[in-house]
Amino acid sequence: MRKMSAGRIFAWFCLILFCAFSLLPIWVALKTGLSHPNTMFTSNSSFLPHDVTLGNFARVLGLPHDIVLSSIKASPINFTIAIRNSIIYTALVVSGQIFFSALAAYAFARLTFWGRDVLFYAFIAATMIPSMVLFIPNFILIKDLGWLNTFAGMVAPNILMSPFAVFFMRQFFLTTPKELEDAARLDGCKPFSIFWRIALPLQKGPLATLAILLSINAWNEFFWPFLTGRDESVRVMAVALSDFKSQVGDGQPDWTGLMAAVGLSIIPVIVLLLLFGRRIVDSLQTSGMK
Amino acid sequence: MSVAEISAPSKAALSAAAGRRRRENFVGWAFILPALIGFSVFYMLPIFRAIEISFTDWNLLRPGKWVGTANYVKIWNDKNFWHAMKVTLLYVLYNIPLQTALALAIAVLADRLSQSVLLRAIIVAPYLISNVVAAMVWLLMLDPLLGMTNAFLNWIGASNVPFLTSPDYALISVAGISIWRHVGFTALLFYTGLKSIPQSFYEAARIDGASEFRQFWYITLPLLKPVMAFILVTSLIGSFQVFDAIAVTTAGGPANSTRVILYYIYENAFRFNKMGYASALSVILFALLIGVTLIQMRALKGGQSDLD
Repeated sequence: MRKMSAGRIFAWFCLILFCAFSLLPIWVALKTGLSHPNTMFTSNSSFLPHDVTLGNFARVLGLPHDIVLSSIKASPINFTIAIRNSIIYTALVVSGQIFFSALAAYAFARLTFWGRDVLFYAFIAATMIPSMVLFIPNFILIKDLGWLNTFAGMVAPNILMSPFAVFFMRQFFLTTPKELEDAARLDGCKPFSIFWRIALPLQKGPLATLAILLSINAWNEFFWPFLTGRDESVRVMAVALSDFKSQVGDGQPDWTGLMAAVGLSIIPVIVLLLLFGRRIVDSLQTSGMK
Repeated sequence: MSVAEISAPSKAALSAAAGRRRRENFVGWAFILPALIGFSVFYMLPIFRAIEISFTDWNLLRPGKWVGTANYVKIWNDKNFWHAMKVTLLYVLYNIPLQTALALAIAVLADRLSQSVLLRAIIVAPYLISNVVAAMVWLLMLDPLLGMTNAFLNWIGASNVPFLTSPDYALISVAGISIWRHVGFTALLFYTGLKSIPQSFYEAARIDGASEFRQFWYITLPLLKPVMAFILVTSLIGSFQVFDAIAVTTAGGPANSTRVILYYIYENAFRFNKMGYASALSVILFALLIGVTLIQMRALKGGQSDLD
């Protein structure tokens, strides 16, 4: 046991202070979402919710509730549809990205073909392109296809590939021994079934990690859905939140409703972090490394 | 044995090898085909399209007319463009040094004090929340009437600060929000870098009587160079492209004080439908970012560490 020197105590103090700085805003959002809208003004600097109620959550989900707003105007946005849209969007993007990126990553790691390395580096370089350069032509393309305000248009640029996912999976295919695949090839297995039945099942762990990271990413995506999916029928959480806020104009926003909606959007992420904390932290930690 | 007899089988072997190679090529390309389509249609093609559109006056309503370099000339004389560049550079200046220094400090503290995953999960939690949500939450935290930040300032005896509503503070506040969201992730990357430094280096330094600070300055920092290069390049590219938080909190205001380059491009393209002009702006931004990246790579010597 090391002794607690003054320096060490001070270091711990700084670290804990930073953790508080990290978590406090998230807590304040949840706390405000749980407070009664008409009395939150009196409790803004308190760390605990005032007059605890789940009414705000019911309110933004369009469920029956007993909250009567006194001074502020409630926004008519119904987040049930937004949550449904976010789930559809995330599921489509993530399943597509995982499958197609794993296919490509397997080819880059295991198969030899003309132009392989050049293509791989081109894929990686794609992560450096500023989104705006891509968004203007992509927006025009989606518009010309008549895909604005459809899920097809919202997922199209992302569903077929994620440079990060290709890079991530390639690392894992490269570090797995290939004896099993060689044996299967000698038994006359076709390339796709070697990939699907042998190589892929060996990567269950990395695939799960990748799925978590990509899901958080897709769930949080804002700019592209904001450009292409403004209609209520396809509007995702992040876009609905920004519309919810901008509807207020100059008046005082419906903070408790807004924060309840914010809570609905961060609760899934918090749950993932609680369930898979080590996996998420470990993979984020190495995501920037070669 | 004649020459023909020897070469015949080897010719067959050669053509068999060529056939195998053709088949391998086919299989390889078949595997990457979906990703390749996504890459070509939504990454490669748009770059050329953007350059092409930047030479037109296209506004979505009528077909674009070729205008040569007119857009670029106009940008050169556009006061708003230079203002947006200035705001963007200021934002980068507010953002990067503080975020990098703070992240390094947290990483060093975490590395020395505790290996707990919980600690790292808390540190990285804000990064898992979207920019939009982070901006919303801070909009409440920084609210002049209801925000906890001003309540705290009053409690320690300071007066209210109009964080997001005054041109003097808005940009620095938005930079602060971004630091809150990204500093933990950056710290995590530094933490990984610290873990790759062999403990024996520090032990040797301690035997020689080097102080903690000298150990940090002469061992830790030089060996973190590749991580530092990666972090600086990616966070610089990222902060040049700040958009979400500004769209949600200030929409470029107050008094244009947060109208960064990406927001200016967005307004031109999607509010005023000036696709040609906006494309020219985006091409300039792209060229600028490539330049900045190359300079940085060179300055940090391609991220080579003394460990390699």
